[in-house]
Amino acid sequence: MPFVRWLRRNLVVIAGLVTLGYLLLPNVIVTVFSFNKPKGRFNYEWQQFSLDAWTNPCGVADMCGSLSLSLQIALWATIGATVLGTMIAFALVRYRFRARGAVNSLIFLPMAMPEVVMAASLLTLFLNMGAQLGFWTILIAHIMFCLSFVVTAVKARVMSMDPRLEQAAQDLYAGPVQTFVRVTLPIAAPGIAAGALLAFALSFDDFIITNFNAGSTVTFPMFVWGSAQRGTPVQINVIGTAMFIVAVLLVLAAMLIGKRKNKAV
Amino acid sequence: MTTVTDTPAAPAGKTARPPRKRGRLVPYWLLLPGLLWLVVFFALPMVYQASTSIQTGSLEDGFKVTWHFATYWDALADYWPQFLRSVLYAGAATILCLALGYPLAYLIAFRAGRWRNVVLILVIAPFFTSFLIRTLAWKTILSDSGPVVSTLNALHILDVTSWIGMTDGDRVLATPLAVICGLTYNFLPFMILPLYTSLERIDGRLHEAAGDLYASPATTFRKVTFPLSMPGVVSGTLLTFIPAAGDYVNADLLGSTDTRMVGNVIQTQFLRILDYPTAAALSFILMAAILIMVTVYIRRSGTEDLV
Repeated sequence: MPFVRWLRRNLVVIAGLVTLGYLLLPNVIVTVFSFNKPKGRFNYEWQQFSLDAWTNPCGVADMCGSLSLSLQIALWATIGATVLGTMIAFALVRYRFRARGAVNSLIFLPMAMPEVVMAASLLTLFLNMGAQLGFWTILIAHIMFCLSFVVTAVKARVMSMDPRLEQAAQDLYAGPVQTFVRVTLPIAAPGIAAGALLAFALSFDDFIITNFNAGSTVTFPMFVWGSAQRGTPVQINVIGTAMFIVAVLLVLAAMLIGKRKNKAV
Repeated sequence: MTTVTDTPAAPAGKTARPPRKRGRLVPYWLLLPGLLWLVVFFALPMVYQASTSIQTGSLEDGFKVTWHFATYWDALADYWPQFLRSVLYAGAATILCLALGYPLAYLIAFRAGRWRNVVLILVIAPFFTSFLIRTLAWKTILSDSGPVVSTLNALHILDVTSWIGMTDGDRVLATPLAVICGLTYNFLPFMILPLYTSLERIDGRLHEAAGDLYASPATTFRKVTFPLSMPGVVSGTLLTFIPAAGDYVNADLLGSTDTRMVGNVIQTQFLRILDYPTAAALSFILMAAILIMVTVYIRRSGTEDLV
């Protein structure tokens, strides 16, 4: 039975591809249903092909506003978390100091905590301080939970760096600033870029923590959540499809850049 | 010769000392802003939550700390089914993630060849697409009249799942199965990526060595590959179980009132009923339960260096 033998030899490949299918099926559905023309308020059943949503992506009230708000928050959260996280990562890898263990646990804990716990506890802090919930509370929360992920990503890269490269730069009379800008930063860049990309994705997509700390401010995930109750416009699928395409291109670009940098070092 | 080596050494020793002293403070300056952020917006909130959980009062008259620990007991007595459900659903989703994710991680690490990066991108890319939109897509996939449900029905699988209480008649939406399916889907990449990282590190020559010693592929997997991938299995199961246990989105969008998890209760108590002490107590119990489970699990699996 050659077929059975072939099947046995490629069982892993087949099972893996089935999982990949499971992972991508919703993306396919989102794309297909971005061309739908639903009869009611909900876009869950296929009715009729239409390009309406694609030609008029901002045709739904408040959706594009929430999208641009989410992009702004993600951008600032990425900058904040990347700067703070990179500094911590360098301190952890390059220096020996007291309380390193405690610092490591403080970095690890936010990643080992269910989001709803962090969201709820942050809300109790803001309520007790009488803070106005909105843009700033969302941004504070996003920087907080992205920070640990950036530290982990940058740490991995800095750890695999050869410290002799920096020593060589100093032997060639480069000052500390020059060494950092011309040698350290370029080598650490792929790790920093990976951390930043992850922070952007996490912040842009976050719903649970934002839901608790947004007040009446509506980010894109919150808009989608609300629409699941009120009615889902087709434009949501258009945005979802566009995001998937942009993400593939972004990750592709990041991988190509990373590859070139790896070769250079 | 001696003068040549001695003269540069002396000033170098002089100038080297002050920077070293300044250098001792460098790590603290690097750590300060980020750690301050985590202390103020991560650790301090936990303290506030603890204090909220032992308060009594109402929204109109204000809440006061009265050391009313009974809130914890009442919360557990009222919501233990939701707690139990969270652990069961998250556990089931984690096992499914491992079963589904392992072959794909293995495929990327050893069998994908030049397709490796393409498959990796396809695993990572959904991270960037709104998970809420993708979760809503499961409403379409699992809809009553859809091909998935009719196939499962034709194969009489739904009879079995209904019998064990996972589905309801010939429906999948609004049942535990739909929630577990959504949880599995949402946290699958968190399983695949750590598995892939630890599988990729395995030296391929170990497989050849096992083969040379007459181990069958199955034995090689059982005795060599799987044990060496344990760090990935442990971090993958943690990365799927923890967020799944606290999730309320899947239970809300794909489930019904009978599939509410503890996350749903915390969300409703905090944002709709505004019973802050009960909500804070529930959130604290969830945190404690997860920390205990994680600690025990890491001890048991013997990969403490993971953290």
